[in-house]
Amino acid sequence: MAKRIEVSGLNVYYGDFKAVEDVSMTIEPRSVTAFIGPSGCGKSTYLRTLNRMHEVIPGARVEGKVLLDQQDLYATGVDPVAVRRVVGMVFQRPNPFPTMSIFDNVASGLKLNGVKDRKKLTEVVEASLKGANLWNEVKDRLDKPGAGLSGGQQQRLCIARAIAVEPEVILMDEPCSALDPISTLAIEDLIEKLKDKFTVVIVTHNMQQAARVSDQTAFFNLAATGKPGRLIEMAATKQIFSNPTEKATEDYITGRFG
Amino acid sequence: MSSPDGTEPPDRPAEPAASGGEPRIEDVVDTTGPAAVHFETLTDENDDGRPAAPEPEESKKKLDLGPVGHLGDRLFSGLAHGSGGLVVVIVAFVGIFLLALAIPSLADNNTSFLFSRVWEPGGSDPKFGIAALFYTTIISSIIAMLIAVPIAIGVALFVTYYAPRRIATPVAHAVDLLAAVPSIVYGLWGLLFFAPILLPVINGLSAALGWIPLFEKPIGDNVGVIFTISVVLAIMILPVVTAISREIFAQTPIAHREGALALGSTKWEMIRMAVLPYGRSGVTSAAMLGLGRALGETVAVMIILTVPNGNDPWNSSIFAGGETFASKIANNAAEFDTPEKTGAFIAAGLVLFVVTFLVNSAARLIVARSAPGAKRPRRNRRATEGASV
Repeated sequence: MAKRIEVSGLNVYYGDFKAVEDVSMTIEPRSVTAFIGPSGCGKSTYLRTLNRMHEVIPGARVEGKVLLDQQDLYATGVDPVAVRRVVGMVFQRPNPFPTMSIFDNVASGLKLNGVKDRKKLTEVVEASLKGANLWNEVKDRLDKPGAGLSGGQQQRLCIARAIAVEPEVILMDEPCSALDPISTLAIEDLIEKLKDKFTVVIVTHNMQQAARVSDQTAFFNLAATGKPGRLIEMAATKQIFSNPTEKATEDYITGRFG
Repeated sequence: MSSPDGTEPPDRPAEPAASGGEPRIEDVVDTTGPAAVHFETLTDENDDGRPAAPEPEESKKKLDLGPVGHLGDRLFSGLAHGSGGLVVVIVAFVGIFLLALAIPSLADNNTSFLFSRVWEPGGSDPKFGIAALFYTTIISSIIAMLIAVPIAIGVALFVTYYAPRRIATPVAHAVDLLAAVPSIVYGLWGLLFFAPILLPVINGLSAALGWIPLFEKPIGDNVGVIFTISVVLAIMILPVVTAISREIFAQTPIAHREGALALGSTKWEMIRMAVLPYGRSGVTSAAMLGLGRALGETVAVMIILTVPNGNDPWNSSIFAGGETFASKIANNAAEFDTPEKTGAFIAAGLVLFVVTFLVNSAARLIVARSAPGAKRPRRNRRATEGASV
């Protein structure tokens, strides 16, 4: 299932503005990689290039290579829709489809892939909700609207929706920033479990969270406002938080700025 | 600044209580009481809390807390109350006028007003019923809506999600421009230019579906028929339906759209999963508003729709002529010679008023119930209450 991501020489632009400059990194399969850094340093922007969601914004473009299992996501002939079916995404704010039931929310990705068989759908929905640690809370009301759940449940519903299509990689863009601490804990437990099957990449503002859930940590920073964000350092999480190579990383994780 | 009745409030008067009449807040508050003292204490201190250096002239000066000019308040409040009241009065008078004229005629009517198709008001044996008018009005408006709404949705989606900006804006303006064309121009254009073009369509439809009475074409190549006016009405209501749909589609939260895209949906699948469900209620109400407009359209209908010969049997086909409430009244406005006759037409107008009112209310109800930001339906609320973590 899980695949290795290799990024080399990636520049990300919004129109003429260069938002992220020259990022190269390798993200290991079946691991959790956290992106940390101050606001506006381009970590979310960079994350969105990994499933070509970046180009949804008019004028946005990318230079460089993103290899998923040796295949360049930005090669000509690659359909961004196909990329997004392989690289799933969970957003900052839970965004279940408001008019759909819990069941239909989870099944929505499968239906896009043309799965119509009710029995198969039921199986996958149950497995995905169990995979997202949500099954016990919603199994009696699968036909109720997804928007009726609490914020934390909605976010786990979105994770269930993402894993239902069995992607290779799951990207999470600050998945807990709109949640209370207990819901956050539930999501963190889930991330720990997800890495058995998926490659997980998470952007977070919470350094404790990065330290708790991730195997690898990448620190992004920008020289000044208006300058592009850069990858400063990437290493095993333990090393980043105990013995970073770069001064900027140390300053950031010890709370001296950002 | 003088007021004719002499009750103008004082504009910064020297003495607060000078103007009599009803007590005002400025009069009730004693400006020399504890409040004023409190303010003086405050002004005695600097920012850092130390007592200020003695400034006898500044600190002893009394704060001016007297009334400021409330003339604008009063004028505007009076204006607003007056306008609100005026509207209610006008509506009441129109209603009373319609009822007062219609009721005597209805009392003399010798046939069923609601279910008869005969229209012979006045004379010694007045007979008039609205069944035929009601049928023609409703069927032409509904067909207009069925034609206009899908096109409007298409145009709205094109403008909001498909067209590049430099094309979208002119297209949107062009559609809006359709709303600026006067009805009389639509009528002339429809009669002289558009109706002849529609003849092959009418022939084709009646050839394919002629076995249904609704699509059965009478003898002759009359193009001033219900179907023609429906198409013209569709063009006339297209702008309002498009504008509202466009607005609501553009408001679809980016989170929903990105959620669909991130699952690997194509653009059309994204629209089906996120945009259309979000816009459903808005489009429904837009359709109802369009329907309301089509129901009451007069001039274009009057010009295009041929009035059937009184001797022919009534024909339910949409490829036959007919008269709507509005066109019937407009066609016969010259004949309002007796109060009985006038009353009959007024009664027909009253029915149109009620139907249009109901349609517009339904539209408003749908908008109010499911507009973004409105309270959620009950079942959602219950689900929230039962939620944990």
